[in-house]
Amino acid sequence: MSVETRMLFDENVVTEVSKKQQEPEWMLQSRLEALRAAARLPLPQLQKTNIDRWNFTDFNPYKDEAPIKELSELPENIARFLVEQENSGLFIQKNSSVIFQNLSAELADKGIIFTDLATAARDHEELVKVYFMNEGVKRDEHQLTALHAALFSGGIFLYIPRGVEVTVPLQAMFWLSGGKNGMLPHVLLVAEDHSRVDFVANFVSDPDDGGAVSNSVIEAFVGANADVRIATVNTLGESVVDVIYRRSVVDRDGRLEWIVADLSDGRLISDNTSALRGEGGSVNVKAVVLGTGEMRGNVTSYIRHLARNTASEINARSVMKDQASSILNSITKIEKGASKSDGQQSGKVLMLGEKARGDANPILLIDENDVAAGHAASVGRIDPLQLYYLMSRGISRTEAERLIIYGFLDTVLSQIPSEALRKSIHRVIERKFANEKRS
Amino acid sequence: MSTAPKLTIKDLCVSIDGQEILKGVNLEVKGGEVHAIMGPNGTGKSTLASSLMGHPRYEVTKGEVTLDGQDVLEMGVDERARAGLFLAMQYPAEVSGVTNSDFLRSAINAKRGEGNEISLMKFIRELDKKMELLEMDEKFATRYLNEGFSGGEKKRNEILQMMMLQPRIAILDEIDSGLDIDALKVVAKGVNSMLSPDLGVLIITHYQRLLNYIKPDYVHVFMQGRIVKSGGPELAERLEAEGYDWVKEELGIEDETVGQRV
Repeated sequence: MSVETRMLFDENVVTEVSKKQQEPEWMLQSRLEALRAAARLPLPQLQKTNIDRWNFTDFNPYKDEAPIKELSELPENIARFLVEQENSGLFIQKNSSVIFQNLSAELADKGIIFTDLATAARDHEELVKVYFMNEGVKRDEHQLTALHAALFSGGIFLYIPRGVEVTVPLQAMFWLSGGKNGMLPHVLLVAEDHSRVDFVANFVSDPDDGGAVSNSVIEAFVGANADVRIATVNTLGESVVDVIYRRSVVDRDGRLEWIVADLSDGRLISDNTSALRGEGGSVNVKAVVLGTGEMRGNVTSYIRHLARNTASEINARSVMKDQASSILNSITKIEKGASKSDGQQSGKVLMLGEKARGDANPILLIDENDVAAGHAASVGRIDPLQLYYLMSRGISRTEAERLIIYGFLDTVLSQIPSEALRKSIHRVIERKFANEKRS
Repeated sequence: MSTAPKLTIKDLCVSIDGQEILKGVNLEVKGGEVHAIMGPNGTGKSTLASSLMGHPRYEVTKGEVTLDGQDVLEMGVDERARAGLFLAMQYPAEVSGVTNSDFLRSAINAKRGEGNEISLMKFIRELDKKMELLEMDEKFATRYLNEGFSGGEKKRNEILQMMMLQPRIAILDEIDSGLDIDALKVVAKGVNSMLSPDLGVLIITHYQRLLNYIKPDYVHVFMQGRIVKSGGPELAERLEAEGYDWVKEELGIEDETVGQRV
């Protein structure tokens, strides 16, 4: 066997990506190092999902797009994914380029930074250096994080200074469009002590020509007694391999709430890992997965309790239709020393039709005695007696199934605090059913 | 609809897992009539109710059922309901995450059809009125369908659905089982409030008790998977006083049950 490893992308490509974004030299060096790592690192090991033949590398890594001046320039089938009508800041990336960004003057005056990552790396170099791919996602975890580190473009740096509270959500949209294009945004969110922020990210693609690969990373740092809510809504099309790694670290008495809507229709690796590093911190994860067509997915919620008196809750629901198939992993790990901690999880899978497949994979790893932990998991199909009952009142089979599915998801959806977000997720789910009716 | 409803059952034979339970049922229920089917446990009464609604477990092997001249057996479960058939079930399913009122509105609108949906205001008005009559707490509207309901609450909820959906033929399958006397009276009040020439009722029970509150016009005794004796209200009273043994003796029946294998 040859020890020589073949580069997955040319070094010149990586250098060009860095140059185009006018990055500092350290960032270019970090990219090149990651590119070399990508060549030798294996793919991630996923529970019960074989990803050997998924396309992670055959894509065009950089595609420039022209900026837009008004939101009205967005095509309707992309604009409809915007969750919040009212934003204190909005950021839109198409393929590799940031095409729209604004931040209210009021927030800017408070010292909030909401800008593309390359600009932040120049203007706030020290801050970015501290947090970027350091404690959250590591460059050398596996081939996919290494590829991301080598080729990321666009992305956001969102920084909330100490004690600053943002009450209206900040929103980002990452739009993958066309042919063999790839999209590799990196979101870096830093909420300093006693701050508060609410951030929504949409990952979307053109319905007809959705591109090839989305390899995105979100890193979030929640300071002491900070209050952070992050929602991700992934609705990438069936041609796309959607890889999203979310990592967060919560300090003392910090509160983090994740809302994860994994609604992509192609191939999906969705990882959401949070570390409760400071005493009294908490993480709450609400996840909804809906797969249709030939979707294949592996969705993980992973919480690590590293400090005393920390609390976590995972509530995940997955619905698989048609020939879709996915694995729902829920992992709660309470490390030695994290006494008085409480980790609860519930992961349920509902399969529709004979060919849909799904599995729930609940894991509790506990190395401390004085803790509370619990889990509930189930995998099942629609109960024919429930269907019979609903239909016996005149409701059609399709509508009865829809009611049962919404009922199944309701324990998670009804807990989403933002009405706009709840409605937006509802709309996506509705469209998925509507598509089925047409075919 | 102007014509009075009419449900006709002719020589209906039904099997479960290849075993025959109903062995030739004949019955006609018309608008304005209340029929009671009585009989001991295990004689196939509930199978009749479920088969008429189209329960997936039951296979009709012979006979015909028509509602207003339309072939019921050719219809799906939802079509039967939209044609005007209603079954108050003995064991209604629980559906988590679907509220009672969302469910009811979907059902009403399914019947009314697209473009003719009931207005939300009108729906709420109707629902409030009917829940009040059934002495149901208004929180039932927002609770998940039958989830965590007591036996009595489920029965009331079945009658509430019947009142909201205004069927042409209503079948009440052991709607009295597990009810105390007060709850029984409330359920009967609900059913009685519906009686009119536009509704035919088929009550299935093994106690005469319910019939003190809902007066039947016709009483049928069910044994061995079919109707073995029919009469007026006086038949129910005699059954209550003397039990079923005299019927068995009269007809030379030793074992009244059907399809029960040891």
